[in-house]
Formats: sequence, C-alpha cells, structure tokens
Amino acid sequence: MSTVIERVELEALSERLEHTWKTPKTLYGELSSVDHKKIGKRYLATAFTFLLLGGLQAGAMRAQLARPESRLLSPEMYDQLFSMHGTTMIFWYASPILSGFSNYLVPLMLGARDMAFPRLNAFSYWTFLLSGVFIYSSALAGVMPHGGWFAYVPYTNAQYSPGLNMDFYALALLFLTISTTAGAINFIVTIFKTRCPGMSVSRMPLFMWSTLTTSVAMVFSMPALTAALIFLEFDRRFGTHFYDPIRGGAPMLWQHLFWVFGHPWVYIVILPATGMASMIIPTFCRRPIVGHVYVALATVSTGIFGFGVWAHHMFATGMPALSTTFFSAASMAVSIPSGIQVFAWLATIWAARRHVLATPMLFMLGFICLFVIGGVNGVMTASVPFDWQATDTYFVVAHLHYVLVGINLFPVLAGFYYWLPKMTGRMLNERLGTWNFWVLFVGVNLTFFPMHFVGLRGMPRRVYTYPAGMGWDWLNAVESVGAAVSVVGVLLFLINVFWSRRSGAIAPANPWGAATLEWATSSPPPEYNFTVIPTVRGREPLWERHDALLGVAGEEDFAPADAARAADYVGVYTEYRREGEPDPASLSLPTWRVLDEGKETLESTLLDADPQAVLRMPEDSIWPLILALALTGLFVALLFKAPVWTAIAGVVTLASIGGWLWPTEATFPPPRTAS
Amino acid sequence: MSMLIQAAPLAVIAQLRQLYDRDPSMFQTVGPQSRMLAALGWTMTVIGVVVFLIVMALLLWPIWRNRNAPPVDGAPRPVSERAWILYGGTAVPALILGVVFVLTLAAYRRSAPAGPLPLTVKVIGHQWWWEVQYPDQQILTADEIHLPVGRPVKVIIESNDVIHSFWVPNIAGKTDAIPGKTNATWLEADTAGVWRGACAEYCGMQHAHMALSVVAQPPAEFARWAAQERSVAVAPTDSATLEGERAFLSSQCVFCHTVRGTQAGGRVGPDLTHIGSRLTIASGTLPNTRGNLGGWILNPDRVKPGTKMPAVPLASSQLEGIITYLESLK
Repeated sequence: MSTVIERVELEALSERLEHTWKTPKTLYGELSSVDHKKIGKRYLATAFTFLLLGGLQAGAMRAQLARPESRLLSPEMYDQLFSMHGTTMIFWYASPILSGFSNYLVPLMLGARDMAFPRLNAFSYWTFLLSGVFIYSSALAGVMPHGGWFAYVPYTNAQYSPGLNMDFYALALLFLTISTTAGAINFIVTIFKTRCPGMSVSRMPLFMWSTLTTSVAMVFSMPALTAALIFLEFDRRFGTHFYDPIRGGAPMLWQHLFWVFGHPWVYIVILPATGMASMIIPTFCRRPIVGHVYVALATVSTGIFGFGVWAHHMFATGMPALSTTFFSAASMAVSIPSGIQVFAWLATIWAARRHVLATPMLFMLGFICLFVIGGVNGVMTASVPFDWQATDTYFVVAHLHYVLVGINLFPVLAGFYYWLPKMTGRMLNERLGTWNFWVLFVGVNLTFFPMHFVGLRGMPRRVYTYPAGMGWDWLNAVESVGAAVSVVGVLLFLINVFWSRRSGAIAPANPWGAATLEWATSSPPPEYNFTVIPTVRGREPLWERHDALLGVAGEEDFAPADAARAADYVGVYTEYRREGEPDPASLSLPTWRVLDEGKETLESTLLDADPQAVLRMPEDSIWPLILALALTGLFVALLFKAPVWTAIAGVVTLASIGGWLWPTEATFPPPRTAS
Repeated sequence: MSMLIQAAPLAVIAQLRQLYDRDPSMFQTVGPQSRMLAALGWTMTVIGVVVFLIVMALLLWPIWRNRNAPPVDGAPRPVSERAWILYGGTAVPALILGVVFVLTLAAYRRSAPAGPLPLTVKVIGHQWWWEVQYPDQQILTADEIHLPVGRPVKVIIESNDVIHSFWVPNIAGKTDAIPGKTNATWLEADTAGVWRGACAEYCGMQHAHMALSVVAQPPAEFARWAAQERSVAVAPTDSATLEGERAFLSSQCVFCHTVRGTQAGGRVGPDLTHIGSRLTIASGTLPNTRGNLGGWILNPDRVKPGTKMPAVPLASSQLEGIITYLESLK
C-alpha cells in the first residue's frame, strides 16, 4: 500500500504546523492561550478542585451527622456547608467537568484543530473559574450562601436572609451563566460546522450527540435561571415584589422558574456522561455499540423530555391533581430513553466475545449498577402519592446522589482513566485503579444506600442535627463511615494521577485499541491535533481497516498494548485506499486538507460534513481573560452595591469587548475556498 | 438549671423518644392514608428490586460467561437490536412504568378522604414552631394537634413567613406551608397514641427543631381536651404559683406570648394558655419538664441556636416562679 504523502514531507509539514500553532511557554503565553486542549485540562483540574471542596463540605456534614445531637457544627455553619456543597457540586463541578472533557475531546473526535470560537472558549473558562472564586470568596467573610442550592424564596428574600449570603449566590450564578451559555453555543457551532470530511451526522461519535443535546438544553434552560436570579436580586436590592406574597408576588414563581431550568440541568450533568459510556463500553467490549441510532435518538429525546418534568420537584406544594399526574407521567416516561441507553450498553456487553476489564470498564460497570438504582428510586419519587412521603427526606438525598455520583462521578472517573493517558501521555496504574474502583464503589453505596431507609423512617433532609432514638442513629453512623471510605477512594484516584505523572507507562497513541479519531493522534496530541485533516468513512474510523495510521502520528506510536489487539484496531482513514477504490498514489493530496497556511481548520456542511470553507482560527489573545476580570469587577461592584464602581466596571467591561473585537490585519485574511 | 441541660442532652433526648408511641417512620402506619402509601411504596420497591436484579444479571452474566475467553477478539456474538432495544429497552420498561402509573393513579384516588370532614384544624408554620388553631372550637395552641381516633380531620396549612412542610409520616404524606397560599390535607389516625411530625422543607437555622406531636385519642378524651383548651387559663391557687404569675406578667414574656385570661397578649410566639398540658416545649425539641423549661427560658439559644425567642434576664427566684406558673397552666 502506498501512501499519498511521504514521511519526509509529513515531518516538514508537522514542523510548519508546530511553528504556526505553538503557544509560547511564558506566563503571558499561558494566560492568552486559546488551545482547546489546554482549556479542557484547565476545566478538568478546576472542576475537580471544586469536587474536592464540595467533598470536604460533605465530609464535615457527615461528621456532624454521625451521631445524634452533635454540636460539632453550628446550625448556621451547617446550613452554609450544605448550601455550598450542593451549589458547588451541581454548578461548579458536575457540569464544568463534563465541559472539560467535551472541550478536550470534541475537536479531536471531530478531526478538527480547535473549537469553532477558541477565544470564546478561553473566555468561558475564565468566567467559570472567576465565578467560582467569586462565590468562594464569601467563605472569607463567613457569609457563604445558606439557602440550599435551590434557594427557595421567601427564605432567600432580604427579609429572612439579610446579609450578603444570597447575593453571593445570585450574582455568582448569574456570572456562571455567562460562561455556560458561551460554552454551549461554542459546542453547538463546533459540532455542527467543524466535523472532518466524511463525518456525516449519522457517523458522529455518540459523545457528540450527548454534548450537542446538553449544549442545546443549556441554551434553552439558562434564561429561566437568569430570570429567576434577576428577579431575586431585584427583590433583595430594589424592593420589587416578584416573590413577595404580601404584596402580590408569588413564591411559587421562583420554584417554577428554578425547576424549569433545574430539571433540564439534571440531564445536562448526566447526558455527556452517558455519552462517555457509549464511547468507553464498546472499546472494552471490542465491538461497536449495539443500536447506535437508538442511543443517539434516546439522548436527544431525554434532552427534550427533560423540559417537561420540572414540577415533579413540587408534588407537595398543593398543585392541582391534573398537573401533578401529568408531571408524574412525564417523569416516568423520561426514564424510557434512559432504558434504551442502558439496554444498548447491556446488549453491547452481551454481544462481546471478550471483555477487557480495565479500570475504565470497571467504573462503567459500577456506573450501570448505580444508574439502575438511581433510576428505580427516581421512578418511585415520580409516583405522586409516594413522593408525598419521600420528598424532602433522605430518600430524595439518596436518589439524587445515586444519580449524580452514579451517572456523573463514576463515568467521569472512567473518563479520566480512559482519556488521561491521551492528555498526559502516561497511563494510570491499573492495580491502583482497581482498588480505587472497589473502595469508592463500596464507600458510595455504604454512604447513600442507608439514606433510603433513614428517609422513609422519617428523617427530613437539611437538618443540622437529629434527636436520638428515632430509628436513625445507626444508619447515620453507617453513612458517615461510608463517607470516610469514599474519601479514601477519591484519595486513591489522586494518588494514581500523581503517580502516573511521574512513573506511569508511556501511553501510545491508542492504548485501548479504541475506534474514534481522538486516538488517531499522538498522546498527548500536538497543538494542531492532526497534521492533515482526517477523512472518515464510518462510525469507527480506527477499526475499519487493518492498516496503520498515517499523517497524524508515526506508525510506531500504535504499538498495541497487547498483541491480540493489533488485529483489531486499525484502519484509518485519510487518503488511504479502500478495496476497489482508485489507487491513492494516483491522487494528489488536496492542499485544503493539509491546511498549513496559518491557524486553520475545516468548515463543513451541517449534515454531510462536506468541506465548505477553510476557517481562519484566531491567534492567542489576552482579551478573554481581561474581559473576564472586568466582569468580575462588575459583579464585585454589584455585590457591594457601589454604583460608581459598578459604572466604572461596566465601562471597563465594554472597553474590553472593544479591545477583543478591535480589528487587526489577521481579522481579514484573504478568503480561501475549500474545494 | 442550665447546667442540667448542658450535662445531659442524651438523657433528655431519650426521654423525648419515649413521648412517641412509634418511630416516625412511613412504614409504621397508624392511619388509612399512610397504610395505602406504604403499600404503594412496598409494591414499587418489589418491582424495583426485581428490575434491578434482572438488569444486574444481564450485565454480569456475559462477563462471567466470557471469563476464560482467549485474549483474541473473535467476531462479536450476533445480537438482535429489535430484542434488546425495542423489547428490552422500550416495550418492557414502558409496560412496567404503565403498571406503576396505574398504581399511582389508584393511590391518588384513594388518597382523598372517604367521607365528609367535620373537624377542621388550621396549622400555620412559623420560624420555627407550629401554630395550631381549631377555628370551629375557638382553640389556639401550638406544636400539638389532638385528633379523635378513627375520625378524618381536615388540616388547613398556611405559613406566616417562609415555606415549611407539614409532615406526620405515621399518618400521611407532606403538604407544604407556603406563604400567600392555603393548602389542605387530612389526617386520620386509627390507633390511639402520640405520633411525631416534623417540618420537611428547609426553613432556616432551626429547621431541624421544628417538630410537632399528633395526639390521637378516643373521642371522649378528645372532647375533654378540647373543652379544656377552649377555657381561659386556670387562675393560680397557691402562693408560689401566684408569685410566678406576677413574675411572668411583669416580665418581657408577655410581649410575645398570650395567656388567655391574663393581660399577656403577645401574638409573636406560641400561645401559652395551656402550656402545662403540652408534651414538649420548643417545638418538639425537649420534653416538657421543669428542668427543660427552665433551661429553655434561661438560654433559648443554647437549645435552639438562632431561635427568635430572646434570653430574658431573670433572677433565679423569678425564674422558679415562672416555671411553676407555666407548669400550672394545664
């Protein structure tokens, strides 16, 4: 088999691309980098730090609840901790960690060189980080939010929550919605417009479907949250009466607005994780997923159904029976697409001749187990009359943690074990990984399973202490022991990551023998991702032919982890001849697929991914960071009700936008066509 | 007195549990509503456990079957997409969910009271206590609901400040107390006894200590209780109590509390006209004993940090008198 470009030519090309794409290794270079891989890793590290912070808060709460009538924490402290725990985990961990994976993986899986809007991407990250710093700065003054993560009014109105606690909450979340919305739009455009040639919609990896669904859900659910928060701040600051029942406002308005956002958000924090499952499980089953199209459809329909179930959080509020039964039916129906996904994974596992039980797969098996428990107890809470007993108790705490730990944390850890070698170039330790899995799996179940019982035995959630002898004592003690075991599990993961940085085996380009394009480039990938823009002819490009890969990484990078795997990954893609096709030697490599005349990637059509144009990617820029800092100033000024400073920060923000958009020569490159 | 509280919280709490006849569990049912909900819960639990076991079998069996597979990737086993996705993932779950939904609707229907509800109780949530009114009987009390056994009682639920949720797990599910909104539920206990209820919606610092007691008693006993509650406070008969009444009426207590039949007419805190006959103080936080009452009055913040009840400076003789007086208000 002859190749189209010679290796020598290829090396020269790589050098040229490296020169074009390289970010200088200076502080300024790092701060102005718009490389999606850097940004993705920053997202992952930052979100994981928030997970650790939220975990510490949970640890303190479990210490308090380990025995009845404990006085370890004051009630005010406990309230701040559970509020920050929920807010952190939902907003600053669960969604951003998935954005981190998506940021890193989407362009690689699409065969693109960066996100569609790299500077906007950097801006999303900086605003995410700074909004997190903003809300955590409340801890310095001891005024962390204390209204729970869904902050029901009127408790969070100025009358019952004077002080800055809830202003921190409202403003930090408003700040974060900027990041989330910008990020979501970026993912949508990237997935729609930068897929490599041949990657028609039907051939997109399933992770694209889940990221896309999630991003669209974000764009449509965020406005409800933004409106809710702005009304709250208006009530608190300017004495409006959106939520004030005495003057004609309605506390229920908050609940509807919040949950119209909040329930789609639940799917936002689990769908990308189920997408990760659909990528990882087939790899370790050595076969494509069963029912690819149905999984994609199920993903999209979960995202849509997710908008029609919000009121199941409100079954005890005295809504009319017709509404509650409607939402009950919808909430049960939404589990059907999840059932389709689960059965697709089960069928894939069933159909395998061999299972590679590496750590990512162990976490995936654990994930399916926890997913089913979280689904079953979820359907129970969707049953209105039963929910009258279960809601606002530890039963719901059990349910939501099975969902969030099971369907978010476990796939995230699977994702780390699976993709971290791609990001760092080093494998994680398998033996430590196995321990990590089992310790965490036992710890999580020990923590959350007894919560079902303690809730049904009458323990309300969000109580800072409880009387002895009500039948809750030993169950709470078990939960606290489980929390300690879970902490050990997370520590094992951290140890593994740090161990791997120093001593992990060097990762080949495709250590797991996986099928998708992110494995078609070296580990870690070069700044420009791919030397030539790949062309795919199926859903599993690397499994399609028993050839080595060219133009992306050297063949030697594909030394398989074990000889047996060599038989099956493979096949590529670019400019390689398939049986019956014309001899590639007779074809010349079109220059638009090399794309080496600057920072470029390919724009393609929405459905078929036919090449359309060459996208000129922006250079690194410090402006996203400056704009994010200016916005931080604006939110701080708003927090302290300083009109003059607010005006100044507003002007600086506008000026930063001006600086960002200021035209330079590079803004107007000569037009290039794709064909 | 305050030493007593600090020294023995666990002993005090153990006493608290003794006030109630059963654990406040939704499965220890004493009324038709909770029995029906428990049956629904058990049915769904059984269905859920079966579903879980089947899925786990489908997950683990193929892995067990392949445990000795050679490390060579053979052609995958053929699978029927129709069987797995259409039947396994869609039709069977839809059927099971259909059954659960029908059970839900049936339970919903049966959750309504069977007949008319002659007796009405109005429960108003406050940070952090429950105001209890019987509008037709002109009864005003707090943190304690009395019911005639075997008779359904209508409960109207409102809130005075933030959102609370009214919940007596042994008898019925939750109903939120939302300011500006009037909700209703009903309670029927068919076993005489004392049952614990609690606030279930986070409502601030002392959400954890916002419990109430539901006392289900034979109708004759209930009528006696109602008659007693309707009456004004008993006048002191001995000098110690008289002294205590005087100390009470001249203290700051009267700005917030009412004792009907005296000049104490504050409406901020619970009505104390018959405090002496209540089972608990501080909303189900402590059993109503002399020691606990003293500790609570002397330093409310020690028992319920953040409580709206201020510590009132009192000489120890005044405090003793007030406790004696309050305990006499049967």
